[in-house]
Amino acid sequence: MSAKRLHVMFDDDDILLDAIKEIVKNKIYIYEVYTPFPVHGLDKAMKLKPTNISIATFIYGCIGFTVAVLMMYYIMIVDWPQDIGGKPSFTLIENIPSFVPIIFEMTVFFAAHLMVITFYMKSKLWPFKKAENPEPATTDDKFLVDMESGSNLSKTKTMLKKMGAVSIKEVKEESEK
Amino acid sequence: MTDYKFSKQIKRFSIILTIIGAIGIAFGFYNAPSNVEESKEIVAKMSHDGYGDHSDSHADGYGEDSHGASGHEYDHDKHVFHQLQNKPWAAIYVPALFFMMISLGVLAFYAIQRASQAGWSIVLYRLMEGVTGYLLPGSIFVIIILVFSALKFNHLFLWMDPDVVAHDEIIRNKVGYLNIPFFFARAIIYISGWVLYRNITRKLSLEQDTNNDMSIHKKLFKFSAGFLVFFLISESMMSWDWIMSIDPHWFSTLFGWYVFAGMFVSGITTLAIITIYLKSQNYLSFVNDSHIHDLAKFMFGVSVFWAYLWFSQFMLIWYSNIPEEVTYFITRIEDYNFLFFGMVVLNLIFPLIVLMNSDFKKTNFIVILTGIVIIIGHYLDVYNMIMPSAVGDMWSFGPAEIGGFLFFLGIFTYVVFKEISKAPILAKGDPFIEESKTFQYYNLD
Repeated sequence: MSAKRLHVMFDDDDILLDAIKEIVKNKIYIYEVYTPFPVHGLDKAMKLKPTNISIATFIYGCIGFTVAVLMMYYIMIVDWPQDIGGKPSFTLIENIPSFVPIIFEMTVFFAAHLMVITFYMKSKLWPFKKAENPEPATTDDKFLVDMESGSNLSKTKTMLKKMGAVSIKEVKEESEK
Repeated sequence: MTDYKFSKQIKRFSIILTIIGAIGIAFGFYNAPSNVEESKEIVAKMSHDGYGDHSDSHADGYGEDSHGASGHEYDHDKHVFHQLQNKPWAAIYVPALFFMMISLGVLAFYAIQRASQAGWSIVLYRLMEGVTGYLLPGSIFVIIILVFSALKFNHLFLWMDPDVVAHDEIIRNKVGYLNIPFFFARAIIYISGWVLYRNITRKLSLEQDTNNDMSIHKKLFKFSAGFLVFFLISESMMSWDWIMSIDPHWFSTLFGWYVFAGMFVSGITTLAIITIYLKSQNYLSFVNDSHIHDLAKFMFGVSVFWAYLWFSQFMLIWYSNIPEEVTYFITRIEDYNFLFFGMVVLNLIFPLIVLMNSDFKKTNFIVILTGIVIIIGHYLDVYNMIMPSAVGDMWSFGPAEIGGFLFFLGIFTYVVFKEISKAPILAKGDPFIEESKTFQYYNLD
């Protein structure tokens, strides 16, 4: 008998966390967990590897910093030096204090926007995309675990019941698509 | 959990520091010239040692301006003599102010925790109360130095000299605010307000240990919220009075905030260092990595906040280039260049790069290392606020400066650890104490 896919519903985040730990302990693969709000510690319980988005953001910030410095250098020094309030722009270093706010803002702008865009791409989200959510109740007060059934279906079901599952639904692999 | 006992080690350490410091200070006063001739000799010796060409450059603009422009007899040698006479005074004024402000910064932090009813920081309340124990002695030291200034033992505060005021129109216009009786009246109001709040909350907090009375918790909340209003006003005025008025011609509207950011970050850093020290001595079993992580986050964040204010003040004055404002930075950039910019490296760049990593924030060794750098950086910050106006380009790090720092460090350490040993190490009566003990930042293992 081939492994089936299960949709298991919970109605409390602490119960969910304990159940996830139990499922992981039994070496059953979890496709996805749908929750109405971020559950702290869920990624640790699922043994997901830590996100690299903070490192990516740091790199984006560095890019923004560089772009801003080069931009101000081109605009204010090379292309069209302007004398603003008696501060002539002849060299970058002499005028750097007046560029610092711009450099700062550009760093934040790049870091924030590119981070969000990266996050969307990584989570496969884009405008007009149809929701992948299998159960609308997970946007309200239910928690759903999308998982494999494991080699022994009835044993898995008893375990899930014991861990406090509200309902267990078998789904066909293909109907998902 | 055992309550902290004032250890012999700390006692010996702080007493030795105080004695070494006192010797350094005495040496500084002994070396200060007592007349113009001696001062000339010192200057001649200093330029031999390569202390810069003092004779032709004199960037301390307003010194001459306030005396010379009005036709007052005030020659260069006498001016340098006064600066050299100021030097040991300024050398003890800087650390006296610095350690008093550490204590005040922790008091503000404590009041914020109480007013926001924060859950995580309750296990640190007794340490904060310990650090604020230095507030009264620290303020008294500052007041003593101010009294000596008013009695003309030094020329730290030019506006205290009626001779100067008579010939200086700008200061004359400020006499309504900058006069000796009002100055000390204000000082007494600030200090009594701070110490009153500190003692009331300390008493209530200890009372809470024995009975879990909710009304005490509510009282603490109300006192803290009220104190924060008083504090923000009094702290700002304190910074005008005790720091900005050393430069009586100069003014900056965000100076109070700038000083506050400095004292806040040095206070939190001191708290983090004390926490880690006591944890290493096995007194704080209930303090976990998440608490250290939070303190380090504060160190990181407030360091950036300090730099934001430092830069805002600098950029606006640099950009507008108004003579009476810009002299402040000209003195600092010409005569204190390395210190002035070096301090920004210590206070912003170093903590920014080191503490950015989340794992480093819970590594005790790195938090201590960064903490020491931040403490030194903010000492230099206060040094940069006081010295250029007090001694011009005659600054150095001699026995008086180092001795002054060690002297107040010794007294601070003694008073703070003594105060911590006087009460149970955990404020166990607080209604949120369990939340604090089990506090866990979800992103930490």
